[in-house]
Amino acid sequence: MILQTVLLVAAALFSVGLYGALSQQVVVMVMMGLELMLNGLILAAAGFWWFLSPDPSGQVLLLVIIAAMTVEMAMGFAVATALHRVRRADMTDMAADLSR
Amino acid sequence: MITHVAFWILAIGAALTGAAVFIVNSMARASYALAVSFICVGLQVLLLQQNYVGVVTILMMVMEMAVMAVYMVMFMGMNPALMPMSMVHDKRHALAVSIGVFLLLAAGALLTPWPARRGTPPADVTAALGEELMEPKMLVMAAVGVVMAATIVAGVVLAAHRTRYDRFGDDLRRRPARDPQPGGVGR
Amino acid sequence: MTVVPPPWALAAAGLLGLLTLGAAVLDGVLSARAAGTHVRTGLTRPIGEIARLMRQRRRVTVAADTLLWRIGGAGLLVMALMIITVVPLGKWTLFDLDVGVVWFNAMDVLAWAFVWLTGWGANSAHSLVGGYRFLAHGLAYELPLMFALVAPAVAASSLNVATIAAAQQNLWFAVWMPVAFLVYCMGVLAIAVWGPFSPALAPDTAGGVTAELSGLDRLLFLGGRYALLVAGAAFAVPMFLGGGSGPLLPAWMWVLVKTLALLTAFIWLRRRLPAVRPDLFMEVGWVVLLPAVLLQDLLVAGIALGRS
Repeated sequence: MILQTVLLVAAALFSVGLYGALSQQVVVMVMMGLELMLNGLILAAAGFWWFLSPDPSGQVLLLVIIAAMTVEMAMGFAVATALHRVRRADMTDMAADLSR
Repeated sequence: MITHVAFWILAIGAALTGAAVFIVNSMARASYALAVSFICVGLQVLLLQQNYVGVVTILMMVMEMAVMAVYMVMFMGMNPALMPMSMVHDKRHALAVSIGVFLLLAAGALLTPWPARRGTPPADVTAALGEELMEPKMLVMAAVGVVMAATIVAGVVLAAHRTRYDRFGDDLRRRPARDPQPGGVGR
Repeated sequence: MTVVPPPWALAAAGLLGLLTLGAAVLDGVLSARAAGTHVRTGLTRPIGEIARLMRQRRRVTVAADTLLWRIGGAGLLVMALMIITVVPLGKWTLFDLDVGVVWFNAMDVLAWAFVWLTGWGANSAHSLVGGYRFLAHGLAYELPLMFALVAPAVAASSLNVATIAAAQQNLWFAVWMPVAFLVYCMGVLAIAVWGPFSPALAPDTAGGVTAELSGLDRLLFLGGRYALLVAGAAFAVPMFLGGGSGPLLPAWMWVLVKTLALLTAFIWLRRRLPAVRPDLFMEVGWVVLLPAVLLQDLLVAGIALGRS
């Protein structure tokens, strides 16, 4: 367990999450991809903290990442519910109004 | 030694279950694979001596994935146990991009001359985090609190389709409110 | 606080097993008395039930998600084992974690996963209904439970379980934070799907989550519920009931005595409280319990501030 291996694992998690976020069609699956990317971020931040600069303030960053995750999830679920309610859509391709 | 073995087992577990999220064809399995991936990362964060953050990650993510599974079942609109699902678009480009990003990040992680460790960890990491949050980094805590409250309100506004006029009538005088689901305290 | 070497985890698991069996026997006796049959049938029924379930053949359902089903069924027992690792027995503990309270919280949240998975895995409508009922209860009880756990931590200004126990030398937390204690007890009943929170297993859905469980899986699930009651009662001792403090007896004995007393109360309550409907309890949880326990936290924080 050295910094490089921690970062490698974090990179793997981040890329898998990125693949999911890019390729999945269902909104909830896209959210899972985003979560996995943030999962990688948590690990990388924890690794940086421990191996580079283990002072108390660094951990605050981790809490901010976790808070960002909860906000992302809550808003994601709310938007998914609203989309589904308004137009019975659960796919990202059905909600591409802003891309045209 | 035992830390290294544990780290590698958890690392492989986290990566494999993370990948399983997009491979398995059942919604419950996908959600809970992600939960296992988060538990692995939470335990790794415990190995990195940040007990509070590690345990909180496990706590939050298991709860979130329990809710996630419900949403998956609610919105995917098909029987997951019987029907394999493959709902992807532009799979090849996504794969290429993510492999590219992984190679870039891995190269960065391996080739960057990381500086030596500065400082030593505090004796009580959790207490230090608490003091940090309540003293110099108070602003972070205050901001996070406000953002969370705003998220709750915004989430409910987005997701709820009934307004107060549906509940209390056009003149807002109807008591008790007309709800499809009666509440337990008899309002 | 002495951290005992890992092999002692086996002894802890054995103790948990004994208490779990004791809880099942006590429940059997109370059931027999309520049914008007001889007490001795109640004493032996749990043992006979264990023997029967161990040799029963597993029932198989069509297109069941066997992996998730098995994980869910065995999970409750694992949760109970994880919880008792942070509970100090007198001056010994297995795992002197500095965030023991959060650890308990993380473990009790696993109930959401395991109970729902048990309901989901069978691919049967009744058991899935049971799983959703549990999640609906979960949405109502979890936040009050979390804030109830905050109160002792604030009063002792520590998340370490042993420190919290040591902070109650003069006065038990259960005495001056009764709301938090009651909400905590409610939370324990809820994670054990016990008493008022048993609609997830109710007969109107043919047993709910347990509808299709059979053989060893059923044994593990039902045993896990008793084990969770034990673990919840054991965790309440350092959190609210003064840990090992008490006259005459040694500290570890007091922990056991208090655990047994609270466990007996939990088992006894099963027949004394009405089942709470998930849809109605949702509003009770959010409109009554959550504000009440938040006020309790405010009060505790004020007193803690005044003391320091």
